[in-house]
Amino acid sequence: MKHLLTTQGLSKDDAILLLDTSAQMAATQSRENKKLPTLRGRTVVNLFYEDSTRTRISFETAAKRLSADVINFSAKGSSVSKGESLKDTALTLHAMGADAVVVRHSASGAAHQLAHAGWLDAGVLNAGDGMHQHPTQALLDAFTIRRHLVGNVGDDGRGPDSSVGADLAGLRIAIVGDVLHSRVARSNVYLLHTLGAEVTLVAPPTLVPVGVETWPCRVSYHLDETLEQWQPDAVMMLRVQRERMSGGSGAFFPSPMEYSRKFGFDARRLAVLPDHAIVMHPGPMNRGLEISAAAADHPRSVIVEQVANGVAVRMAALYLLLAGDDSTGSTSSNTGSTSTDERIAL
Amino acid sequence: MSSTPSSTTYVLRGVRPYGTDPVDVVLSDGVIAAIGAPGTIEAGEGQGAGAVVREIQAEGHVLLPGLVDLHTHLREPGREDAETVFSGTRAAAAGGFTAVHAMANTTPTQDTAGVVEQVYRLGQEAGWVDVHPIGAVTVGLGGEKLAELGAMADSAARVRVFSDDGKCVHDPVLMRRALEYVKAFDGVVAQHAQEPRLTEGAQMNEGVVSAQIGLTGWPAVAEESIIARDVLLAEHVGSRLHVCHLSTAGSVEIVRWAKGRGINVTAEVTPHHLVLTDDLARDYDPVFKVNPPLRTAKDVEAVREGLADGTIDIVATDHAPHPVEDKDCEWASAAFGMTGLETALSVVQQTMVDTGRMTWADVARVLSENPARIGRISATQGRPIAVGEPANLTLVDPAATRAIDGRTQVTASDNTPFQGMELPGRVVATFLRGRATVLDGAVVDGPGNGTGADGKTLEGAAR
Amino acid sequence: MNPGSRMPESSAPPSPASGTVPSAAPSATSSPASSAAPSRDPGTAARTVLGEADIARALTRIAHEIVERNKGAADLLLLGIPTRGVQLAHRLAERLAQIEPTFSGEYGTLDVTMYRDDLRRQPTRAVGQTVLPGSLDGTIDDKVVVLVDDVLFSGRTIRAALDALNDLGRPRVVQLAALVDRGHRELPIRADYVGKNLPTSRSERVRVRLADVDGGADSVVISEVASAGVSTGSTGDASTASTGESEATL
Ligand SMILES: [Zn+2]
Repeated sequence: MKHLLTTQGLSKDDAILLLDTSAQMAATQSRENKKLPTLRGRTVVNLFYEDSTRTRISFETAAKRLSADVINFSAKGSSVSKGESLKDTALTLHAMGADAVVVRHSASGAAHQLAHAGWLDAGVLNAGDGMHQHPTQALLDAFTIRRHLVGNVGDDGRGPDSSVGADLAGLRIAIVGDVLHSRVARSNVYLLHTLGAEVTLVAPPTLVPVGVETWPCRVSYHLDETLEQWQPDAVMMLRVQRERMSGGSGAFFPSPMEYSRKFGFDARRLAVLPDHAIVMHPGPMNRGLEISAAAADHPRSVIVEQVANGVAVRMAALYLLLAGDDSTGSTSSNTGSTSTDERIAL
Repeated sequence: MSSTPSSTTYVLRGVRPYGTDPVDVVLSDGVIAAIGAPGTIEAGEGQGAGAVVREIQAEGHVLLPGLVDLHTHLREPGREDAETVFSGTRAAAAGGFTAVHAMANTTPTQDTAGVVEQVYRLGQEAGWVDVHPIGAVTVGLGGEKLAELGAMADSAARVRVFSDDGKCVHDPVLMRRALEYVKAFDGVVAQHAQEPRLTEGAQMNEGVVSAQIGLTGWPAVAEESIIARDVLLAEHVGSRLHVCHLSTAGSVEIVRWAKGRGINVTAEVTPHHLVLTDDLARDYDPVFKVNPPLRTAKDVEAVREGLADGTIDIVATDHAPHPVEDKDCEWASAAFGMTGLETALSVVQQTMVDTGRMTWADVARVLSENPARIGRISATQGRPIAVGEPANLTLVDPAATRAIDGRTQVTASDNTPFQGMELPGRVVATFLRGRATVLDGAVVDGPGNGTGADGKTLEGAAR
Repeated sequence: MNPGSRMPESSAPPSPASGTVPSAAPSATSSPASSAAPSRDPGTAARTVLGEADIARALTRIAHEIVERNKGAADLLLLGIPTRGVQLAHRLAERLAQIEPTFSGEYGTLDVTMYRDDLRRQPTRAVGQTVLPGSLDGTIDDKVVVLVDDVLFSGRTIRAALDALNDLGRPRVVQLAALVDRGHRELPIRADYVGKNLPTSRSERVRVRLADVDGGADSVVISEVASAGVSTGSTGDASTASTGESEATL
């Protein structure tokens, strides 16, 4: 695996390998010594064009737990509107010898371009590009779902994870909220489908993209109906950006109150779900808008665990991107040619 | 300035006018001097003793009236880093054109007599093709106040086509006024149909692909609603309307309906909308970012159908050169547009002729005669291939194929969506009033070309 | 690049690492090394050097040696190194339980993938599971750990295993059991319990097949590696280059 850019097109085998590797990484994280020597000597650059302390820290922790050198390159403020910066930054990182670049960017496709435009040959890990994809978020969501609903780990998240190797066949996941602008929704729809789960998107019609009909999921405009009749095993709430409800004639729904009434998740709606069902949110939450405090803090909420699992999943992604033989990648020749030289000298 | 259009007599052997039976054609003194069955014309026949005669063996090549582009961005003044009038018109000649209409979105905007005359003169000095500036509809393309359309019409550039291209004249009252006002000098408003509110932040066609790859969608209805409004306005005020680069199946339907009603509307399609689709955005290569956006396969089929049945009157390039840095960046930050002058004829051949949907006579209609008529330059351009007519001609080898490479294009910019593709057809020669601007498939740098030696430029347009 | 041209390195005697590790003589180990007698025919055909019964005998002997050496099985923890080491640990645990009724029969798995020094020289390896017997409650402190692997070669896997162990706790003592020691050590590491010493050339390939992992009958097979580029002599490069999925070369 050279890059991790999108969950669309990720094979089921690769998806399960990522989850299984995450499980092994998670197992090491309950030890006193959490640090592994695996990526010693390798350099991971966190290239963040958008503020996201949570995601950056998660990636940074993951890289450090694997003993990689981490360079945080915050490009926020250096004009995102002007494209040269991405290319020039890429060339800089190339010159610095980055082995992997974790990139967060407001422009859809930025990670894809970094990987394929020929600006650098490091592995690229998409940490969120515009409205497109956020694959490690989807992986950590799938990992959390699998542990709870397939692996039957306890509420404390401890105990052996018996779900290694398993997919999510037969599980029903409702993804609720601003699907239109959500890279989390896009990433999850494809990954969960690949893993065998059924997905229903629930949103007001204004927040469902034109063209959604080719997505491997169903769409509902009614949350209560979906919860009552479809009985999802997991409900994933999406963050609603404040600016979606302003903008006068361009607002996507009439008011926060109406949104909350029709699409907000609360204790009443939680009570409709099967007993084993879990509640998820990628964070940060707008408490009182898309999710009530009672639902967010309920024992069936796994929101905090999602954050913890994020580190393990990102360790797995970094491991699979960086640990192996890189001779297929263009960076490779360094080590390869060195040993060739040695051979000749001998 | 010499008044001699060309001192060389050209004898084109075995050419096929409009793709029909082979003939020999003699070009002399800027006009078509003779047309005869192969072998019946002696080289130098009727010429003075000192005349230079050049024979061109062109068996099987198709002879077309010189191509006319109604939609070219020459970028000068203002963005000479992307293109100049000189480099752009040289590229036009390479693509088989003998006249181009230069879009108004320059810096400063072509919204006054002074600026359009400047561009017009730069075109004359370059001498590669006739340059007809398009005037802005509103001051600075601002969409708020009519530019001095009359002054531009009366200027040396004799502007007849007005457009805010790049921006839509979205205010219905302003559009109505513009349509009415240009009637006084037989002008036409060429509308860039894009409802601005429906396309805020839009990056690509709104549909299956945009939903998957997370780029803000550009709905077809944003184009179609403006076209629908404008044809009704044109009908109401009895004016002439031209629709730039229509790109959707719905737009074709609306124009077909309007023409059926007798509304005086003409429409254009670009080469790229005849062949490329929004699937190309999947790799986020901004070379495929264009306004209007690439649409779906269904839309491509509809515009081909519309072009074949005459609903769409012309193919215009929307040649939009950009410097590398404006395309070598994130999709959202990249500039809209692609070059087209040097690939237009090949794309039309591939999509319309080689598929059997159009004849070469149809190609002459949509790439020369109709655009000349809409631009009101039919006195000199888009003329029949007949004895006594101005020798504005394009010779194309339809059997040739060539690999497209942006870096070797004549235009100053590299951004071609056809990079690495094999396209059929090659412009072998272009003649502007009997003077060869392209010979043997290569532009002819002087004399006469690029030296401002053509004293007869545009005399017909000044009638 | 062809193995034959590698004489300078491969002819070096597979010397037990000199002195650096206290030597408990591998004397007790079965037949003399030369018993790998079957003709070294050039046809590169595989030679079976241990059969099912040989392997069973060797494991039984090792089990006895472990008990003898440690004066019982108190605090004993067998940790198998995936893939075949785990199966061997399982079999040893069964035998130990018979010899020493106080022994629980439990054994664990120690995945060393993330501690290897050759990750970048090979296609990405899947990370395996490390499983400690439930009775340990997650700690190996003060245990007598016996690492179990199928083939001892360069010693690098064991080096990685020692690092991995270190992250799990502090055993009282760590010992190593290998079904086959084929020589060519690249680190000062040696086994405490060896099923069979097997002199090999670097260009040869030693495969351990276990019924429960590979199907068929248990066997240890030597074959000539067909592909070139096997041996470079100098470093771990050599040994890792010939590593196949089912072959423990390190
Ligand atoms: Zn336009």
